[in-house]
Amino acid sequence: MLEARATFTGTSDYIASEDLQNSVNVSIALGRPLLIKGEPGTGKTMLARSIAEGMGMDLLIWNIKSTTKAKDGLYIYDTVQRLYDSQFGDHDVSDIRHYIRHGKMGEAFLSDKKVVLLIDEIDKADIEFPNDLLWELDVMSFDIPETGETVRANHRPAVIITSNAEKELPDAFLRRCVFHYISFPDAEMMKEIVRVHYPDLEQKLLEEAMKAFYWIRSIDGLQKKPSTSELLDWVQALTIGGISPAKISKELPFLGVLIKKDNDFGAVLQRLHSGQGMQRKSSGPGILRNW
Amino acid sequence: MFINFFYLLRNYGVPVSITEWMTLVEALAKGLAASSLMGFYHLARTVLVKSETHFDRYDLAFANYFDGIDTPIELTDKVLKWLEKALPPLHISPEERQQFKDWDLDELRRQLEERLRDQKGEHHGGGNWIGTGGTSRFGHSGYNPAGVRLGGQSVNKSAVKVAAERNFRGFRTDETLGVRQFEVALRKLRQLSSKVEGPKEELDIDETIKETGEKGGMLHLVWSRGRKNMVKVALIMDSGGSMMPYLRICSQLFTAMNRASHFKDLRFFFFHNCVYQHIYLDPSCQVRNSIRTEDLFHQLGSEYKVIFLGDASMAPSELLMVDGAIDWYYSNPEPGITWLQRIADRFSHSVWLNPIPAAYWERTYGSYTINLIRELFPMFELTVEGLEGAIKKLKVRK
Ligand SMILES: Nc1ncnc2c1ncn2[C@@H]1O[C@H](COP(=O)(O)OP(=O)(O)O)[C@@H](O)[C@H]1O
Ligand SMILES: [Mg+2]
Repeated sequence: MLEARATFTGTSDYIASEDLQNSVNVSIALGRPLLIKGEPGTGKTMLARSIAEGMGMDLLIWNIKSTTKAKDGLYIYDTVQRLYDSQFGDHDVSDIRHYIRHGKMGEAFLSDKKVVLLIDEIDKADIEFPNDLLWELDVMSFDIPETGETVRANHRPAVIITSNAEKELPDAFLRRCVFHYISFPDAEMMKEIVRVHYPDLEQKLLEEAMKAFYWIRSIDGLQKKPSTSELLDWVQALTIGGISPAKISKELPFLGVLIKKDNDFGAVLQRLHSGQGMQRKSSGPGILRNW
Repeated sequence: MFINFFYLLRNYGVPVSITEWMTLVEALAKGLAASSLMGFYHLARTVLVKSETHFDRYDLAFANYFDGIDTPIELTDKVLKWLEKALPPLHISPEERQQFKDWDLDELRRQLEERLRDQKGEHHGGGNWIGTGGTSRFGHSGYNPAGVRLGGQSVNKSAVKVAAERNFRGFRTDETLGVRQFEVALRKLRQLSSKVEGPKEELDIDETIKETGEKGGMLHLVWSRGRKNMVKVALIMDSGGSMMPYLRICSQLFTAMNRASHFKDLRFFFFHNCVYQHIYLDPSCQVRNSIRTEDLFHQLGSEYKVIFLGDASMAPSELLMVDGAIDWYYSNPEPGITWLQRIADRFSHSVWLNPIPAAYWERTYGSYTINLIRELFPMFELTVEGLEGAIKKLKVRK
């Protein structure tokens, strides 16, 4: 394991803008959770991995689902197992501690080293969920009433919280965080990102793929714009398919890799074949007739 | 000096709280602004602004406040001076005080002083307690944030110029805010029911008790599948010219619906002023991209919740007469109201959203047709509150 490092400066497989690096370092220095927002595919989840790797810390990931409760992150009292065990009488059920399972936050607190705790996609959970975590994130400890124990953080973890902005987060929660918005990468940065994943990519193919990609993203009214992950998959498909760069913007081969919704697929093709192809800056279908 | 920046931000509509301001003070004390205005620009934004929709207001306030300070500036002395009288009398409203009752201001002040003392100690009493650019000061044991090097190259840029670039203008569009609010409202449109596939991972308490009872008290667990949203929605929109003034708010709703990923199915249809025997699949309302309205009834089961979006304002003939359709090339053998009636009969959960404010429904140009249509569909104005009301209505049969 690497020696823990004090500042985050990105890693070889993750391009972090200077601003983003600063935000990460501010968050760690202040001991406040870092809330990361941005379109899907802008590298929010990957950031936490990169911080862990770059700073030589372990990573604990708490994936949030719509049914996740704040308490799940602390501990779960496995009453069902205890009931089972009591029926068969071959386990000692008198000690409740055997039936306490720590959640990711509990694990992070108990770790004997400073870790990175990623709370991924917090906006998936119930609207009140973030508020239920406030206290524990502030004081870095929690009680387990069933056993009378208190779990206190040995080392304040670096907490990274991501959101796709599906829901508004409560103000009280926001006030405790530092905030960073990852803008969608511009073409220059995107090239770097693609290069990180495919260092040997042919320059011409990259240029053409990027051109087509940003053109598609500029079409208004798409239900889902393609993101970094789709571009990466597409570039790979183009390479494996041996597509000549000249064909890319004319035919948009393997478009299905970039575009997942049927409606969008049709919209893109229609626009491509509507005469000037990609030349014309798209103005999108809008929702009104053209008057 | 800087406290005025706090008030300026609030004047520009950035909802900064005392808690966050205190965090900024703490961060400055730790040298996290890297002694430059550019560093301060980022630091303050990271700590004070919690939504990209407020970044533009922040930029405006920043450019206004630091106007004229064009070169990278050494903040150190100023910050020090400022910290001496770090907490000028704050005018906090009672509500705000309420919000922060767990954050005692005196306590914060005390903590801050303590931190500052510690920091001086760590730096062996050196006068320059803000980390100097490029030097990291980390001990071997553990993590000492003092002197974190921030900024890198951008430190040498002019913060005021960067702020004046207003790179986040695009996010500002109060549109985004509208869209969010609509999204939040739309989330309430759900109807959970048992899944038919997927892993059984929820304990079914009632069944467990029943089975356990039947087994003479021998515990028998029964698992069931989680529930998911079964709501299917059809949004039927007027794309006619009289909707033009409401384009923005309608786009907001359209975007919010599009983003709502929690529906089991979501379909969009269009019409021009009124629905007749065709219903269109795109806003241009061309017969070649349409389906027969009758087929709509085949394609969509009666469980679909139907939301009309339109001003319901037209010439009475368009609603009530054979061949009353506004497009001269289109002939309708049955009046529009007959079709609307059929839709209302078929879909027992349906509402009409009208971008015209309810206050005008009685006296606007279209009030005659508005009132006829209101008899078929519960009508709500297209505002966040209106949408909330509509969604409540959609959950129960008309
Ligand atoms: N800055 C970046 N550097 C390297 N790879 C990136 C970057 N941003 C995104 N990616 C790639 O894009 C994909 C999606 O990233 P992910 O972290 O899952 O996005 P998010 O969590 O924001 O939806 C991943 O394969 C990741 O490797
Ligand atoms: Mg992710």
